[in-house]
Amino acid sequence: MGNAQKSVADLKIGEKGTICCFKDKDMSLKLLEMGCLPGSEVKLCCKAPLGDPICIMVSGYNLSLRMDEASTIMLR
Amino acid sequence: MWIKKNLKIALLGNPNAGKSSLFNHLTGLNQKIGNFPGVTIDKKTGVSKLSENIYADIIDLPGIYSLYPKTLDERIVFDILNNPDDASYPDLIVVVVDASNLKRNLLLFTQIRDLGFPVILALNMLDLAEKNGVNINIEKLKKELEVPVVLINGRSGKGVDQLKAALACPIHNIPKSFLNPLELAPEVVGEIKKRFNISNDYKALQLAHQFENLDSITSEGKTVLEDICRRNNFDSVLKQSEETIFRYESISRLISDNVIEKLPGEKDRLSNKLDKALTHKIFGYLIFFFLLFLIFQAIFAWAALPMDWIDSGIATLNEFLQNTLPGGPLTDLLTEGLIAGLGGILIFIPQIAILFMFIAILEESGYMSRVMFIMDKIMRKVGMNGRSVVPLISGVACAVPAIMATRNIENWKERMITIFVTPFMSCSARIPVYTILIALVVPEIKVLGILNMQGLVLMALYLLGFVVALLSGWLLNFILKSNEKGYFIMEFPVYKIPRWKNVGLTIVEKVKAFVFGAGKIIIAISIILWVLASYGPGKKMAQAEAEVLNQSKELALSNEEIKNRVAAKKLEYSYAGYFGKTIEPVIKPLGFDWKIGIALITSFAAREVFIGTMSTIYSIGEDAGGDQTTIKEKMKAELNPETGQPFYTPALAVSLLLFYAFAMQCMSTLAIVYRETKGWKWPLLQFIFMTGLAYLSSYIAYQSLT
Repeated sequence: MGNAQKSVADLKIGEKGTICCFKDKDMSLKLLEMGCLPGSEVKLCCKAPLGDPICIMVSGYNLSLRMDEASTIMLR
Repeated sequence: MWIKKNLKIALLGNPNAGKSSLFNHLTGLNQKIGNFPGVTIDKKTGVSKLSENIYADIIDLPGIYSLYPKTLDERIVFDILNNPDDASYPDLIVVVVDASNLKRNLLLFTQIRDLGFPVILALNMLDLAEKNGVNINIEKLKKELEVPVVLINGRSGKGVDQLKAALACPIHNIPKSFLNPLELAPEVVGEIKKRFNISNDYKALQLAHQFENLDSITSEGKTVLEDICRRNNFDSVLKQSEETIFRYESISRLISDNVIEKLPGEKDRLSNKLDKALTHKIFGYLIFFFLLFLIFQAIFAWAALPMDWIDSGIATLNEFLQNTLPGGPLTDLLTEGLIAGLGGILIFIPQIAILFMFIAILEESGYMSRVMFIMDKIMRKVGMNGRSVVPLISGVACAVPAIMATRNIENWKERMITIFVTPFMSCSARIPVYTILIALVVPEIKVLGILNMQGLVLMALYLLGFVVALLSGWLLNFILKSNEKGYFIMEFPVYKIPRWKNVGLTIVEKVKAFVFGAGKIIIAISIILWVLASYGPGKKMAQAEAEVLNQSKELALSNEEIKNRVAAKKLEYSYAGYFGKTIEPVIKPLGFDWKIGIALITSFAAREVFIGTMSTIYSIGEDAGGDQTTIKEKMKAELNPETGQPFYTPALAVSLLLFYAFAMQCMSTLAIVYRETKGWKWPLLQFIFMTGLAYLSSYIAYQSLT
């Protein structure tokens, strides 16, 4: 493969992905609790006017998070 | 079976699950706001009548996503649930669950149930779930979760009676735990259970995770727990994520049999459409600023009439009392001290009510989260967080609740900066000072046909406070060092029409907090001030009086004029006059005289005292039977003894406005900052920085304008 793995931060608006794992251990606890589970689908809904933070749809609801937080959620 | 008279019932649930609506339905106006012992987190309690002879104390706990706390607010929950001696320790827990987000809401539910408490599940927002294409089979859900499930509608109050009936029935059956902590961390759980004599496995596991932050654990207990965890290589982060994943897996298994889940029709979701507009690159900000503008215009326009009523009501009452009661120091204390002070508090109520009405509507509707979203990047540039927007906007009403609202900012640095700069926001205590000074020097004309010129100047002052808050944040961002990362992981609630009952209760709550909190200080200061202004050291006052009377004989003056001259002279030689004169050299470069000096001193208790002080200063010596003119007219009539021109020139007004915009003049705020930062360092720095800035800017403004 060799390619850098894609994260939620790389999604385009409307694009979907499936969560594979997390890069940051402490951050992952909060994300897990909020329903970002490995294997679940995420969709990028919108970005704030300045491109950051972003809003994703996960587990059937909208969650907002910053780009550097989103970049810790790795996609399959 | 004997039932305790007052059952203790705790409400728990995710933020936005409808907990506070349910609380309002259960308790109505029988609510009390207090603090949890030892911490400064608001504790709402209320009494609910469940049946003819069963009453329950309902405790509203902070909204949380899981038992593992991420913020200060959340820390309190497990501390209470772990400590049977705590006054809030519940006999029964109602977990409020948002049916439209069942999976995530059930995470907390399974944790609570595993702690071994009798639990009732209140399923809220079923209508929303159905709209999203999710149908829930309640009977099956009840069977799988093994707890009573009651359908409620937090908006209409439907189902609340059924919930009360369910609450009145004792629950015997404590079902088997979802998670088996003995499988997850056998040694640690086993040892803690034995050492601390705990029967519940999950409680033991929670102790292993959370002991460091629990007030209910003694320091010896903490040492023992630390030792147990270290010896067994207990990895808290790993175990927490294993637990969360396990819980979600079992919830998914449970739900797939019970809930017929259709994919939500994303396209027809109104919320997403609204978000497109409200978080738009240009329109998002335009709408936000338009709303802010509307709020400020409303405060100025809508509050004016009730404020006039209160103002003239107090004046009429004072006049009536002065005419009916026998003259003497007691009557004077009542009318010029107490009632004048009371008037200074009551007059704020319309503005505070309107402000909190808007804030409550913005929060209730879900729009506030979008504001945080579009403001986060900007706020981060100045060392804050999107969440800082709520404290900053609340600061427009009062810095005290605003600083308390910073608790959900997880990051220390972002929180300190928010606390530090929030008092720069123009709070409602500044409004009367602004209003009077603006009315004195800004003409009441219309701009562009519709906009009120005075309203525009007021808005400019608000903007000034906001800009200075941001600049100070930017400065602090350079000075403060922190390696801690800021979070902005936040739920975007679906837009809802605000529940007017909740908005109403918020207004009542905030107004009450203001009247009874800040009110006490204001009344006390008013009475002290009256004493200081009515009595003076030694015989100076009497001498001054005789002197003026002598001089006046030579001039052909009316009785009225003589009386006023005597009064003015007497005030000059009172204790208050001495205080004012002592600081006059310091404030003279700002254009202030000793009368303003007195008001500045008393303002350090709270800004709004300025008006009370001014009215006390100017009403003392006024003929009791004469016309009660309002404070504004009195100030307008004040002449500069040196030039004979009006004393309140535009230059002086600008200088005073700037001083009141920037100076830290609120004891209540300093006290809350001390409490929230646990030390005198921050309140002290804040005081020096703000008051220094105030002096400097007033000095520059006055000197360059005259």
